[in-house]
Amino acid sequence: MLRVRSLTTHYGGIQALKGVSLHVDTGEIVALVGANGAGKTTILNTICGMVPASSGEVLFDGKPVTNAAPDRLVRMGLSQVPEGRQVFAPMTVLDNLKLGAYARPRAEKKREMKSDLEFIYETFPILKERSKQHAGTLSGGEQQMLAIGRALMSKPKMLLLDEPSVGLAPLVVKEIFRVISRFRDLGTTVLLVEQNARASLGIADRGYVLETGKILLEDAASELLINKEVQRAYLGKGYRHVWE
Amino acid sequence: MDLTSQILQYVLSGITVGAIYAIIALGFSLIYNAVEIVNLAQGEFVMLGAMLAVYVLQAAGVPLFAAVLIAIVVVGGVGALLGLAAIHRLKKSSPLSLIIITIGASIFFKGVAMHLWGKDALPLPAFSSGDAIEVHGAVLVPQSLWIFGITALMLLGVYIFYERTSFGKAMRAVAVNKHGARLVGINVNRMVVWAFAISAALGAVGGIIVAPVTLASYDMGTMLGLKGFCAAILGGLGSGGGAIAGGLILGILENLGAGLISSAYKDAIAFVVMLLILFVRPSGLFGGRSADGR
Ligand SMILES: Nc1ncnc2c1ncn2[C@@H]1O[C@H](COP(=O)(O)OP(=O)(O)OP(=O)(O)O)[C@@H](O)[C@H]1O
Ligand SMILES: [Mg+2]
Repeated sequence: MLRVRSLTTHYGGIQALKGVSLHVDTGEIVALVGANGAGKTTILNTICGMVPASSGEVLFDGKPVTNAAPDRLVRMGLSQVPEGRQVFAPMTVLDNLKLGAYARPRAEKKREMKSDLEFIYETFPILKERSKQHAGTLSGGEQQMLAIGRALMSKPKMLLLDEPSVGLAPLVVKEIFRVISRFRDLGTTVLLVEQNARASLGIADRGYVLETGKILLEDAASELLINKEVQRAYLGKGYRHVWE
Repeated sequence: MDLTSQILQYVLSGITVGAIYAIIALGFSLIYNAVEIVNLAQGEFVMLGAMLAVYVLQAAGVPLFAAVLIAIVVVGGVGALLGLAAIHRLKKSSPLSLIIITIGASIFFKGVAMHLWGKDALPLPAFSSGDAIEVHGAVLVPQSLWIFGITALMLLGVYIFYERTSFGKAMRAVAVNKHGARLVGINVNRMVVWAFAISAALGAVGGIIVAPVTLASYDMGTMLGLKGFCAAILGGLGSGGGAIAGGLILGILENLGAGLISSAYKDAIAFVVMLLILFVRPSGLFGGRSADGR
């Protein structure tokens, strides 16, 4: 579904990605874990065409899409749930969701908007209750649900999620991860970026560990969870006595 | 005329010119929302609308209605071109240099208009004939009614566009959160071009409806543009309701001031009001974003 080869990205003179290669097969949930500043967001934004790649290649659905315009990628079925949610704060929840479907063909929108909204409301019932409310008045967790719902409204084949759990209460995190793990049954492929390595590897099939712009490790999620290095650096094992 | 009918007269004239300011202010806000720049060529769209309508009417011999439509569409196209130039520069330039580009464009438009159509003020016929109407001792020319009506229609149109159409909502999304807008697949550049086109067309409408009262001339856009800018700041740059209120308040204040104090102060009033607002409440009367972008 998604294949990234030797991707490098620069911000001015700073190199944020130093040749990243990864792939996500159809129907998979793949976790990408890494510390602050490792380049996780940069990978997603380079894939989406929000940030230009300096070299390397991105293939989506078998087609080369390196540095393609973001709207083209959305139309091809690749959607991102961004860091910081980026909802349209002064617009209603319903308008936010409808805008999620903006890039789809008009006729299709007309036909399917209602059932698609139903589906989102089933997934996140709170959004139905809040549908007339401005997105900016939602709680952090609700905004995250809205951001996911908005991305789903484009009917993506693949979803990129950037730290959906950040800053949320454990119960809400659980709920969101439960929804993400259900995408597998819906046939939506997922690349999940997280600092919360335990939770994300818990629902993922495979995982990558990113450190300062480079992929350090790649393995089955279950293997990464018991990997000594990962445990030490990202799961906090062995440091427990220090923190608790 | 007694004082009440005098004041009524000033208020009516104020609303007439204020309606024009409101349309121009709305154009400023539309572009400001889309790209966070102040398009200082906005006034020239007003001039181009009026001059083109006069020209097409005379040269093509078409009915007034058709000449007006052609002028609006052409000016919309000119606006789109300026928008294209702006996004072309957007990536490499600071907001300041973009604003300077719009100043350059305005000087260019003015120069071209002067060369094409000369320095004389040209008349555009009123949209309907008929005598002035008397209201409690104040008089109102029929064109004023056209100005009220068309302005109201334009404002309603812009409101419906933003609140009811998915294209308009996408444009609002661009104004609110560009990053989010890109992510849902909105082509932000295209929206910026549309914002310029719509503002230009709005400006043209303003120029066309005021031309039968004030005549059309190559240099009419400068002062109207500045007043529209003052109105936008007064109401709150980026706020639609603020643009309308700012325009009307400014028009009325100006006419009251000119009538009751001295007409020498007429133009100064707008700028004094704007400076006051910038000192006291930079985000304008009705919110919006403050003039320095915060
Ligand atoms: N717009 C930018 N301009 C300059 N440098 C940037 C920019 N965005 C990110 N960087 C730098 O690139 C590197 C990677 O940043 P990135 O945001 O991709 O990290 P991340 O893994 O998503 O971190 P976090 O977990 O904090 O979100 C960092 O060193 C960061 O400082
Ligand atoms: Mg990040």
